[in-house]
Amino acid sequence: MALSPERSARFARQLVIPEIGAAGQEKLQNSSVLIIGAGGLGSPAALYLAAAGVGTLGIADSDVVELSNLQRQILHATDSLGRAKVDSACARIRSLDPDVRVIPHRLFVSEENIGALIAPYDFIIEATDNFEAKFLINDACVKAQKPYCHGGVIRFGGQLMTYVPGRGPCYRCVFGDAPAPGDVPTAKEEGVVGAAAGVIGSLQAMEAIKYLLGIGSLLTGTLFSIDTLTMRSRSVPLTAPCCPLCTNARRAAP
Amino acid sequence: MAVINGERVSIVPQSIAAYLKSAGYNEKRVAVEKNLRIIPRGKWTDEMIGEDDSIEILNFVGGG
Repeated sequence: MALSPERSARFARQLVIPEIGAAGQEKLQNSSVLIIGAGGLGSPAALYLAAAGVGTLGIADSDVVELSNLQRQILHATDSLGRAKVDSACARIRSLDPDVRVIPHRLFVSEENIGALIAPYDFIIEATDNFEAKFLINDACVKAQKPYCHGGVIRFGGQLMTYVPGRGPCYRCVFGDAPAPGDVPTAKEEGVVGAAAGVIGSLQAMEAIKYLLGIGSLLTGTLFSIDTLTMRSRSVPLTAPCCPLCTNARRAAP
Repeated sequence: MAVINGERVSIVPQSIAAYLKSAGYNEKRVAVEKNLRIIPRGKWTDEMIGEDDSIEILNFVGGG
């Protein structure tokens, strides 16, 4: 179906890019992405995916907006204080583009709900702030053979990697098991600069866009990290898939 | 020369655990890849690294 004149005008700067064009725009329109965590990473990721014309966005979070969030969580504003983050996020995205179908999931991800949560979506953005959730989402995506992008941010820097079934290791292959609570400092303890979260969250959105369009190179089998204080960045080539989950998934593959 | 986190360095053969300690890493906060293979935490006291190895020390980053 051809884009309406209004949609063509909205996406004019993407439509002129040969790798995207009208066909790519239609792919984005017919795609769905779930963002788990409407915080420092999820905010820029959700905003850029909505702005790019991804047709369906799910936003999962259990928190309410607090004053200390606003320094980096750009989905939310002062008039959203005390409101559920998913509601604040959905309202912001609808004001950006009323044609985006945005689905709030007000929940804390758990063993019980994660499988059903991710099932309807084409791609998952892992933008959570704790290791329990990061490993839970990883394991669920590997079991469901669902592509996803991990992101993490602290102080001035962060990292991301993308899992696509059959195209490289998962987060557990690289990092093994979640560290014990207290062993690794949290953003609450060590802080995080909003713009650094913006860098990582925006790159996560870029991974989703490239995956959905089938263009470019993804961070599969690669851990990208950046320290914005020194502006040193690295793309580290990673191990072949080696965790028990990936080994089982490969055995089960046709 | 070994390559550690992308930089060529000269090291004496030693265990991963010894290297992490001497280089000032908190071993609870990292994963270690040697020649494109992740070395499980439990093997860090036995697994040696030396001049021909490529080592990546990968940080856990939990914030979101």
